[in-house]
Formats: sequence, C-alpha cells, structure tokens
Amino acid sequence: MSLTTIDWVIMAVYLVFVLGIGFWLRRSIRTSTDFFLSGRSIPAWVAGLAFISANLGAQEVIGMGASGAKYGIATSHFYWIGAIPAMVFVGVFMMPFYYGSRARSVPEYLKLRFDEKTRGFNAISFAVMTVFSSGISMYAMAKIIQSLHLFDAAFAAAGIAQDRIFDASVVISSVIVLVYIFLGGLTSAIYNEVLQFFLIVAGFLPLVWLGLRNVGGFSGLAQKAPAGFMESWHGMTNPQNNAMGVEWFGLAMGLGFVLSFGYWCTDFLVVQRAMAAESMSAARRTPLIAAVPKMFFPFLVILPGIIAVALPNNVPLPSASTQAEASASLARKGIIPQKIDEKTHQPKVDKDGKPEFDYDLAIPNMLMFYLPTGVLGLGLTALLASFMSGMAGNVTAFNTVFTYDIYQSYVHPGASDRHYLWIGRLATVGGIALSIAAAYAATRFNNIMDMLQLVFGFVNAPLFATFVLGMFWKRATGHGAFFGLLSGTLAAAIHHGLTLPQGATAGIKGGWLTGGSWIAKEYYSDMAANFWMAIWAWSVCFVMTIVVSLMTEPREDKELAGLVYSLTERKKEYAGPWYEQPVTLGIIVLLMTAVLNFVFR
Amino acid sequence: MSLDIRLPIGLMFAVLGMLLVAFGLVSDKAIYDRSLGININLWWGLVLLAFGVVMFLLGRRGTSAAKSADDSAEGRGIEEREAQVEREGRKGRGGH
Repeated sequence: MSLTTIDWVIMAVYLVFVLGIGFWLRRSIRTSTDFFLSGRSIPAWVAGLAFISANLGAQEVIGMGASGAKYGIATSHFYWIGAIPAMVFVGVFMMPFYYGSRARSVPEYLKLRFDEKTRGFNAISFAVMTVFSSGISMYAMAKIIQSLHLFDAAFAAAGIAQDRIFDASVVISSVIVLVYIFLGGLTSAIYNEVLQFFLIVAGFLPLVWLGLRNVGGFSGLAQKAPAGFMESWHGMTNPQNNAMGVEWFGLAMGLGFVLSFGYWCTDFLVVQRAMAAESMSAARRTPLIAAVPKMFFPFLVILPGIIAVALPNNVPLPSASTQAEASASLARKGIIPQKIDEKTHQPKVDKDGKPEFDYDLAIPNMLMFYLPTGVLGLGLTALLASFMSGMAGNVTAFNTVFTYDIYQSYVHPGASDRHYLWIGRLATVGGIALSIAAAYAATRFNNIMDMLQLVFGFVNAPLFATFVLGMFWKRATGHGAFFGLLSGTLAAAIHHGLTLPQGATAGIKGGWLTGGSWIAKEYYSDMAANFWMAIWAWSVCFVMTIVVSLMTEPREDKELAGLVYSLTERKKEYAGPWYEQPVTLGIIVLLMTAVLNFVFR
Repeated sequence: MSLDIRLPIGLMFAVLGMLLVAFGLVSDKAIYDRSLGININLWWGLVLLAFGVVMFLLGRRGTSAAKSADDSAEGRGIEEREAQVEREGRKGRGGH
C-alpha cells in the first residue's frame, strides 16, 4: 500500500479545516446553551446533514460494505426499512414534544414527562453507552489503519516500531476530536459532520462510478454478483430462503419498528442535532431532510461491497492484504480474501471447513483497487473523517447528558452558567479519556466488549415503548414508565438467555440461562435472534407500562401541556411553502422509499 | 462571530479540487490503469472545484450560520428555561 505526497497533502488539508473550524467557532461559545445546543440556531439543512453524519461512523461505512458483500442489496433494509420510516415519524410526530418542551436533552424530556428516576435510569445508561461506543469506534479505526498498512512506511522512516501505529491512531484522533469539541462545542461537531458528509460523497462517488462502469452497470452487476444479490425482498417469506436468515415479519417488526424507532426516535446522539435547530419547523424538518440522502446511501456504501464480490477471482488483490498475497493458497470471493487468524497466521475456516472471508476489507480493498493516488487520498480521508465524526457525535451527546442530567441534577444543582460550561468542557476531556480506556480494554478483553454491547441491547430495546406511551397517552405515569423499562430490559435478557441462533454455543450468543441444555427457540441467524429479542422487550415494556400506569396516580392534565399529544395545543401548521411543510415532506420521503423498494424488490 | 458553514466547505473543496486537477495534469498516465484508463484526478478534481466555488459563493450570503444563544429567538427561550432550572436548583431539589 503506497500513498504518495498528494494523498498526504489531501489529508493535511482536511485536518487544517477541521481544526480551523474549531478555532474559529471558539469565539461564539459564550454560554452553556451555545456549547451544548449551538444556541438553538442551526439551519434545517445543516442540522439534517449532521443528523445522518453523526450516525455514519466508519463502523457503519465499513460494516455496510461488508454486509453488502455478504448479503447483497438486502442490506439496504437497514436504510429503507430500518431508518427512513422512523426518521419520518420522529420529525412529524415526536419533534413537537422534544423541541416544544424546551428540554435540553432526551433524558430531560423524560424528567419533564415522567419523573426523576426514569430520567436517571436513561441518563446514566446512555452516558455509559456513548462512552463505550466511542471507545469501540476508536478501536475499530486504529485496527483498520493498522491493517491497511497506511503509516507503515512513515513509521519505518521515523524509526518507530510498527506496533506503535495503533497507539498513534488512537492518540492523534482523540486529540483532534478533543480540540475541536473543546473549543467549539456542538456547533463545531455539527459543522464537521456536514463537512464529513460531503467528503464521504466526494470520496465514494468516483469509486462507485468506476466500479459500476467496470462491471457493466446495474445489469452487469446483477449477472456477475452471486444470485439474488440485487433483489432485496427475494426469499423473505421464510427465514431458510434468504442469506439474512430472517422472515419479513421479524424484519419489519424487529428491525423496521422496534430497533429502528428505538434508535432514531430516542437516541440523544441523533436527536440532539434536531434539538439544536433554529426553530420548531427546522427541528421537524431535520430528520426529514436527513432521510433523503439516507435513502441513497446504500448506493454509496453497499454497492461497493457487492461489486467487490462480483469481480472475477483472478484480478490481482490490492496490496492492502499483504499477508494474503504472501500465501497464494487463500480462498477468495472477488477481491475479498479469506480471513487470517491473528495468532496462528493460518487461513481461517468455519467448523464445516468452509473458508471464512474478511468482509470488512470490502470497502478498503475497493478503494485501493480502483482509485489511483490522489483520489485515493480523498477516499481514505473520507473514511478517517467518518471515524472522527462518529466519535465526536458520541462525545457531544455524552458531555451534554453528563452535565445537564447527571451533574446539574444530582451532583451540583444551582450553580452559575459559567460553571456548567466549564463542566461541559471538562466532561469532554473526561469522556474522551474514558473512550481511550475503553478502546484499550477492547484490545485486551474482546469478550467484555461483546458482553457490554449485548447489555446495551437489552437496555435500548424497550425504550421506544416508553416514549410512544409518554407522548401519546396522557395516563402513562412515572412509575409505569420506570417499571416498564426495567421489565422490558429484563425480558430482553431472559429472551436472550433462552434462545440461540443456529449452530452457536451457549454463552454470549444466547442460551446462557440454561447453559444450552434447553432452548425455547432456535433462530436461523444472529440477526433474527436480535430482532425477536427486540420485539419481546418492546412488547413487555409496552404492556407493563400500561398495567403499572393504571394502578398508579396520574399527573394532572395541566402539568402535561406541551409534553403529551392530546394536551398540546396544536398551533396552526407552519405557513411556509409546501417544501417546508413537515407532513408533505414526510409523505414525499415515504413514497420515494417505496419506489426504491419496488425497483430493488 | 458567526460563520456560514458553506464558507469552510466551499474553501476546502475548492482547494482539494485544485490540488487534484494540478496533480491530474502532471501525473504519469500509468497510474490510471486501475481507474479504467480515466484520468479520474483531473475530472473529479474539476467537479470538486466547481462544487467548492458554488458553495463558497453561496456562503458569502451568510444565511447558514450558527448564532450565539442571545442572537436567536429559540436560544433565548432555552436560556430562560436554564435560569428557571437554576432557580429550582438553588431552592433545593425542585420538581414535584
């Protein structure tokens, strides 16, 4: 893998702009509202692009490319089913309460609508989760940089040992993110997310264009890719008939409803971007504007994965996989080589003796296969940018929840605004330090990381039930919400403990309650198990919240004005042009998504 | 000090575009074997340059900038609420 001067110059230009934005914005941060909410002055289109960029970390880019190589265009269900409907819902129906209540964070909305303990549960679990996810994404980035051998030559020239590359990647990226958030707060993060959005498009569009041209357009790709790779709904009637191992009901309910609404409608990481918008109308349009590029992202990140496996097996592998090149005995799929065991350096096989492929290399290998030095620098910069802005998204959500919902609520209420601004900056430093610790923990204890992510899954799965009841049923009470959430989380854990995906052993994959001796249900894939766990958790939370609410004292109607649908005076719809009307926009977005599903059915 | 976001975006892409165009003009044709013989640096550089210039010109209108809380109606709204939370905090633990 050889980068030349021009690639380094492009990366340097990007870094200068990222840091420059932070330094410039430093002067506009005067109060905590500026730092945590951008003074609520972000135009709709800026908030919208930041809304999707915050979610588009490099794990997402790499993961979607990998999934495209593995499952084909069906991966776009994660966008067309698993994101767009929820984004329309949060914009049209939920934003009036988030934004209108003047809550400064999602946990704070829970405090206003329900009570202190519900907020505390959500705030603390969210804060822990964001720190760990930012650590995990840091780890993933450092691993990829290492495996691409990007800095090998530079390090060799400087006489530094190669195993320091991991440390250098972690430290440099954290320092950059730290500097620009410390200085410019959320505004800085949002500006850089928008910058990253355009960089991803600029870096990946030439790749997709060249790739498609090479394989003969969409029709050529459909012929050369494995059968069914260009049909997203093929075989969805039955879990045995499709590569994802899930049937349409589990997909629509688990992914399309519970998981996707739980993420896009309640996760402060994305909602924060809309809360920073300049007006109610802008806040409602934020997720709707975001939905338009989001629905076309599959062409940018999934298609390269499909093209990677559609290429013939005899083209030379890009030199990213130096180990792979060394041993010619490796199996491969297009330009995706077989996985190599890190310890034994032997090619990996699954327990049936079939080769395991390193799908995560789909995007990096594609970049190196098609892009000459110059544009290649641009593509790699886009990848690095998406790593950093993913991390920055987590850090800004963390510092806000920590300062408002933990520090101001439980540790030190009633201090001056300057004090909280200072705490926010401190929380930025602390959050990044904890992320670094998490990244290193991930290198040592891979299982602990998997387990944490599993537990986060338990906590997240029921969340949307709480919000939907809170916003649309005035009778829901704080006790109901709290015990609903607890029992939903518990239900997720129990479901996980009693089921197992096919071929897995009891433990982290499930079945731990009985040690695998008795299994309530065997799923066809991990994905199916995960979707059904979410469905169970959501349903239990929904029912329990209703039951407990009916047994406890409701709050008075007047306290809930502006927080619940039936008690909120509906202001006359915003009287702007049609393309600024949330409902109209929402319908257009849904129609466009339906057309895409039909074209790639 | 507000900064229209289109200014840094426009400037950055204009710079990147110029770099790619310049490199595309001087680079050896052999490196374009992998990009199907197309001088992708030159052509994509031109596209990015055009995009950058358009963004920069639009940005000079200054309408897409984040403002300080005191300068935006919604920002002032939040600051009011902030003050209220602060008062509640001083009174001891507020709420219900």
